[in-house]
Amino acid sequence: MSGIQESVIIRTVVRIMVPFIQIFALYVIMHGSSGPGGGFQGGVIFGASIILYTMIYGHKEGKKRMSDKLSRILSSSGVAIFALTGILCLVFGGMFLQYGVVPLLPDDPAQVSRLLIDVVEIGIGITVLAVMISLFFDISPPETEEEELVASEEAGQ
Amino acid sequence: MKLAALLVVILAGGMLIYAGQDLPAFGDPGSPAYQHPIIDHYITNSETESGVGNIVTALLANYRGYDTLGEVTVIFTAGMTVILLLRRREI
Amino acid sequence: MSGIIEIISAEFNYWIYVTLMMIGFYAMIAKKNLVKKVIGANIFQTAIFLFYISLAEVKGGTAPILLHGHEGADVAHGAVNEVIYVNPLPHVLILTAIVVAVSTTAVALALIIKIYQEYGSLEEDVILAYRRQLQPEFSEYARQKQEGEQ
Repeated sequence: MSGIQESVIIRTVVRIMVPFIQIFALYVIMHGSSGPGGGFQGGVIFGASIILYTMIYGHKEGKKRMSDKLSRILSSSGVAIFALTGILCLVFGGMFLQYGVVPLLPDDPAQVSRLLIDVVEIGIGITVLAVMISLFFDISPPETEEEELVASEEAGQ
Repeated sequence: MKLAALLVVILAGGMLIYAGQDLPAFGDPGSPAYQHPIIDHYITNSETESGVGNIVTALLANYRGYDTLGEVTVIFTAGMTVILLLRRREI
Repeated sequence: MSGIIEIISAEFNYWIYVTLMMIGFYAMIAKKNLVKKVIGANIFQTAIFLFYISLAEVKGGTAPILLHGHEGADVAHGAVNEVIYVNPLPHVLILTAIVVAVSTTAVALALIIKIYQEYGSLEEDVILAYRRQLQPEFSEYARQKQEGEQ
């Protein structure tokens, strides 16, 4: 299956489109506070761009862009960003996830709240994109002969 | 087997439609879900208390932020579960 | 006649979503393939989401995003012009529920892959027949029973 390549048109169009899809995903994440969007939606769009690239170019190319180690690190750090923001509010004397007590800007708890909501949305987006890509790589079947040999070896243990 | 399943499905659907006559009409502004005072509080005070213009994001990340933390934990757990079940290489 | 049209226009959303729900329910209980059952569960969940969101609708309401800038200034300059926003709370709850549905489907599909690796088939009756025969290579209980008989 790895010997067959898609046609030139599909490969070229996908290579052009993937960066624009990623920019749109970042736009959706960052504009969650003033328009429709947010962390979950942007994370899924970003994950879809890498899945499209992997479907057309093969698993080896996809693994180069998002290796197993990177997706493990990213998915844990997204949850950590969210939890650490809550603990930051605890450090400054408020309740857990009470954004108004952090003294970033002196006298405007609403704007501090807006900044911290953006930080939290970025954390959510990072976790969702890493988990989407990791799910795709795990469920898809082995591609080359050597991967299949390794898989049958481990299944027999 | 399939006939029994079809009968069960038709019976369940019929009971649901019969019980749904008590639900408020489509688009009714007098429905109890819209008249609750907290909806008014969310719509009028979300900009001054949270600083964002999108009421749904303010609800998700500020008023109900703890549920969103549980949410991200759920999707992280799903990713880890699939890795534990299916990973073929050494971790 | 107008009474029937009134009843239909007040409840048609509920009928449509109950139909979709029953289609998903039938797929879950009557089909034998495991993947078709998972897809039936997905259809069921989608019907529940749509039903919940349709309960949040208010006649003449707009999306729950506050209008800013020029549109807000026009609204303020004119006569007493209130903007009606739809109920934002079910939208928030359904966002969470959609992510939970995706996670459940992913774990279910991973379990189906493991079942296929173990039994070699995805049909429900074939798998149950294997387990009822208690082949020793398929279950620990059968292996111990066989050793106990020897």
